[in-house]
Amino acid sequence: MTERERWERETYGAFKERSPERPVRFESLSGIPVEPLYTPESLGAGWTYADRLGYPGEYPFTRGVYPTMYRGRLWTMRMFAGFGRPEDTNRRFRYLLEQGQTGLSTAFDMPALMGYDADHPRARGEVGREGVSISTLDDFERLFEGIPLADVTTSMTINCTASVALAMYLAIADKQSVSWDRIGGTMQNDMLKEFIAQKEWICPPEPAVRIVTDMIEFTSAHVPRFNPVSISGYHIREAGSTAVQELAFTLADGLAYVEAGIARGLDVDRFAPRLSFFFDIHNDFFEEIAKLRAARRMWARFMKERYGARKPESMRLRTHTQTAGVSATAQQPLNNVARVALQALAAVLGGAQSLHTNSYDETWALPTEDAVTVALRTQQIIAEESGTTLTIDPLGGSYFLERMTDQMEAAALEYIEKIDALGGMVRAIDTGFPQKEIADAAYRYQLMEDRGEKVTVGVNRYVMPEDRGIQYLRIDEAVEREQVERVQRFKAARDMGRVERRLKQLADACRGGRNVMPVLVDAVKDYASLGEISDVYRQVFGLYREPIIF
Amino acid sequence: MTAPAAGRTVRIVVAKPGLDGHDRGAKVVARALRDAGFEVIYTGLHQTPEQVVATAVQEDADAIGLSVLSGAHNYLFKRVLELLREQGADDVVVFGGGIIPPEDVAALKAMGVKEIFTPGTSTQDIIRFVRDHVRAAV
Repeated sequence: MTERERWERETYGAFKERSPERPVRFESLSGIPVEPLYTPESLGAGWTYADRLGYPGEYPFTRGVYPTMYRGRLWTMRMFAGFGRPEDTNRRFRYLLEQGQTGLSTAFDMPALMGYDADHPRARGEVGREGVSISTLDDFERLFEGIPLADVTTSMTINCTASVALAMYLAIADKQSVSWDRIGGTMQNDMLKEFIAQKEWICPPEPAVRIVTDMIEFTSAHVPRFNPVSISGYHIREAGSTAVQELAFTLADGLAYVEAGIARGLDVDRFAPRLSFFFDIHNDFFEEIAKLRAARRMWARFMKERYGARKPESMRLRTHTQTAGVSATAQQPLNNVARVALQALAAVLGGAQSLHTNSYDETWALPTEDAVTVALRTQQIIAEESGTTLTIDPLGGSYFLERMTDQMEAAALEYIEKIDALGGMVRAIDTGFPQKEIADAAYRYQLMEDRGEKVTVGVNRYVMPEDRGIQYLRIDEAVEREQVERVQRFKAARDMGRVERRLKQLADACRGGRNVMPVLVDAVKDYASLGEISDVYRQVFGLYREPIIF
Repeated sequence: MTAPAAGRTVRIVVAKPGLDGHDRGAKVVARALRDAGFEVIYTGLHQTPEQVVATAVQEDADAIGLSVLSGAHNYLFKRVLELLREQGADDVVVFGGGIIPPEDVAALKAMGVKEIFTPGTSTQDIIRFVRDHVRAAV
């Protein structure tokens, strides 16, 4: 009998008989059973420090991607912002930079995300509502007015129209006389997770991945500090997946992009260092930390073993993180401040490179300036006051955390093997496999909440009568009217001969398999609009129709 | 089961009007209503109000559940109600949910939306609402 077994029987077991444990399920949010205690025995016979953990900045990067981690440089505090007209968002950007934020992150409105100009009939009611309205380079210029692109990095949450946004950003760099090798930032541009979870698309998966690959190829040659893809688990999780599914599907998406790059004839070490990631940070503190650590280790192994990467930078999983929007409650909204603080702490203890903290009012509307400030201050309190940034990976070696990391890895690998067997992620999406898995998990989660098996404070426990008296951001109806008029005026004044010539060149590049980026940069400079460019994609590649799964 | 006097099962169109892709709520609600014994038609994403109303008329729906998380609810809900009236189908019960601030909830209800469910709503509450307020057309 080991000492551990002795304790379990004599001390723990005997005590539990007299005084039973609480009648709750001892399992993680993903359903992984959690034992009463973790000890060295929990790690298993095959576990060695060198194999599973190693050292920060070295393979397999479990303890962190950089040698000094937050002792060298804190994570980037990057608050996602965008609403109304370009000048409205420009004002919020400048406010956030004044408050000590260190990078920009742009939210676009639904028409921009789906490839419609503000003056398109499908844009009615949606202009500037869920992000900033962008139709032409004129809008982009107003969005970044007075912001020197050489001094900030900019992240853009945009996918099926990401190629247009990148072209516009490069055009602005040219106008500011900043050379492309000096600008940095990230395009979300992860189309596979769109089909799986976020559901904003134009054309089917194959041409969509082809455009993503064009951007990977183009930036690796011409915009070396730009991350062309942010391989995103966030939306997968928000759509209802478990942490294990988020980990598995995100890495599987990443593998698909690596394979697309290699199939294009690119050297893996040329483009892989610029692939970046984006994970959700939900309520289960240890599971989320374990997820980030497992993600780093798994990615490093895939890159080295499956794709023969040689540069450590190719094996290094750098990630942005965001606290879980779905975990926020409309009831007792100030409680969200506490949730966000715990989630943010998990992101930091998980070794994130960048973090967005949600505002407490986002279950009602886009956040007010006050709410955003509290969210940003939460990060600053963790960074400057909590002491958690003094040493690297302070929880490394926790028996519980290391065991959880191993379990997350094993469960995610099982999913990845299933996806491999289906022929990779594009094929898996065609069969509806990840979509169905997520819909099932979302439904299970809701039923657990409805039955009170999963406690949500303020919703199904500790409920109070609600006065719902919080302030929230209102987008004036006039915003849409003004923006539509401006776009129409601007479009009418263009040299349409030039625009049409550029759109024709784009269609030719799409059909001929040439990289679309060079012609796109010229096209946006001649003021071809986001909607017109998307129309070319629609005509050449056709529209995607989703399988109806619920 | 929800077999009303008319003998036909209540038929509900769950729809995602507008451009946002947030379909978690719509799918969960569609499934919960189906599991509760109602007949559910889910439209899929990115529907125009015209498409939603056409589906409801074609399917002879008794109710439409609209899910909007893009902030475009004021326009989209109103347009669906208008189109139903134009087609003489204003006996169809319209309810919905999403990220919808309280004062918009009040305005939408005044416009004719029967109920708005905001975040934190139990699927049981939605099922109860349908049982209490939706009758199958004879």
